[in-house]
Amino acid sequence: MTGEPDIRITTTVNDVTVEAQVEGRTLLSDFLRHDVGLTGTHVACEHGVCGACTVLVDDQPVRSCLMLAAQVDGCRVDTVESLGTQDDLSPLQSAMWAEHGLQCGFCTPGILMTVEGGRRAGLDVRQVVEDALPGHLCRCTGYQNIRNAIESYFAQGVQA
Amino acid sequence: MKGYCMKPGPFRYIAAQSVEEALDVLASAEEDVAILAGGQSLVSLMNLRLARPDIVLDINRVPGLATVQADDSGARIGALARAAVVERDASVGRYVPALITAIGHIGHPQVRNRTTIGGNVAHADPSSELPGLLACMEGTVTLASASRGAREVGWDEFFISVFTTCKEPDELVTSVNFPMAPGWRYAYDEVATRHGDYPLAGVSMGLRVDGGVVQEARVSVVGVADRPVRLSSVEAAAAGQDASAALARDMAGIARTECPASDDAHVSAEHRRWLAGTLVSRLMASMVDAA
Ligand SMILES: Cc1cc2nc3c(=O)[nH]c(=O)nc-3n(C[C@@H](O)[C@H](O)[C@H](O)COP(=O)(O)OP(=O)(O)OC[C@H]3O[C@@H](n4cnc5c(N)ncnc54)[C@H](O)[C@@H]3O)c2cc1C
Ligand code: FES
Ligand code: FES
Repeated sequence: MTGEPDIRITTTVNDVTVEAQVEGRTLLSDFLRHDVGLTGTHVACEHGVCGACTVLVDDQPVRSCLMLAAQVDGCRVDTVESLGTQDDLSPLQSAMWAEHGLQCGFCTPGILMTVEGGRRAGLDVRQVVEDALPGHLCRCTGYQNIRNAIESYFAQGVQA
Repeated sequence: MKGYCMKPGPFRYIAAQSVEEALDVLASAEEDVAILAGGQSLVSLMNLRLARPDIVLDINRVPGLATVQADDSGARIGALARAAVVERDASVGRYVPALITAIGHIGHPQVRNRTTIGGNVAHADPSSELPGLLACMEGTVTLASASRGAREVGWDEFFISVFTTCKEPDELVTSVNFPMAPGWRYAYDEVATRHGDYPLAGVSMGLRVDGGVVQEARVSVVGVADRPVRLSSVEAAAAGQDASAALARDMAGIARTECPASDDAHVSAEHRRWLAGTLVSRLMASMVDAA
């Protein structure tokens, strides 16, 4: 059947088990925002270019606009909401705050998840700044303060 | 029904659990089936509704298709192997380092975490890096179908034109093969507008050098025509010559004449040909230095 939410999925989003019925064509990004209600994951280009929608699927940073919700059945998904809260920022979020690594903040959730994923995968700061950060478009900052924030986060040497 | 917009048009989603099941779906479906591998091209096209398949056949849960094997006879990469996995594979790094270099130019790490080698080649984007390397290495693609079994086709037969290959609708790409023969070394380099973009021109070069003399050369270019092109005049000019800076200059000059190119929104044909020549001389310089 098409156009009906006829696919049953069970996934773990930010450590919470989520069971849902989705259409085949439901994008992971829309599933997270509209079905799960986690609007921290932003969408802009919806064809993989901008990086705003980046989340972790089984610890790997991926574009959630280029995955179907049906594909995360049995997987673990982490979104920006898994980091700190407004009153208790994670070390990476604190570093972004301290270094003024954002202006409008639209690109920020995706960048945070890429950096978090890089850290979990054991990448060094150079790999994150030189290879992974270019996978994100930021219209505001000019990137320098984001780089400073990532460097300061990695310099802390602590695990979030 | 949810009260929000859907980007892709409606389709039936089938997650194949085995190669056999995938081939059966391909063989029996009367509607338009799209194979979903990494989704880094297909889902984009569906979001833009440039692709509107009736059935999406997800092969991501098919076991046994993501193998990565490399030794001194080359690299055999299962269709579902992720770019990010091949990129970190120690034996590929040792035996076919050019493959690692070429993969490193595909998008960004987030995209390479999903991109598959089979999907990249099946997509047959004329600017894509791996088809160019495959053309340079005289590589092959293995296809399978339910009724006719497996067949292995050379790059020249496989790539037909823009987004067009010899793959029949009932066939699945199962592996992509980058062969190595004794004495050959390969390298890849490109120029793109920004790091991670498709290249304006991307050159693969293979050399067999003995005693400082080029015995054989292979040069391919992507981004300049509707499929990868081999520069046979450049290859012929290099054979039997001393591997020197002068030869690199000569090869670059011939490449700038021989290489096809056309104008597009980004750059002129003239500029593309110039880039191809520059890449040829850069690759020659680096490969001769490394010898
Ligand atoms: C931001 C961004 C930048 C990119 N930059 C580059 C770049 O610089 N160079 C580059 O080469 N690519 C680039 N790509 C595209 C690359 O990442 C694609 O993933 C790749 O071309 C397709 O591989 P896939 O596994 O994602 O396949 P999919 O998108 O799943 O499929 C692509 C096509 O191949 C078919 N297909 C897939 N697997 C098979 C199979 N096993 N057998 C038969 N048919 C199959 C599909 O049906 C579809 O038609 C980029 C993508 C993005 C989002
Ligand atoms: S919204 Fe997914 S990459 Fe832009
Ligand atoms: S802070 Fe505005 S887009 Fe990055």
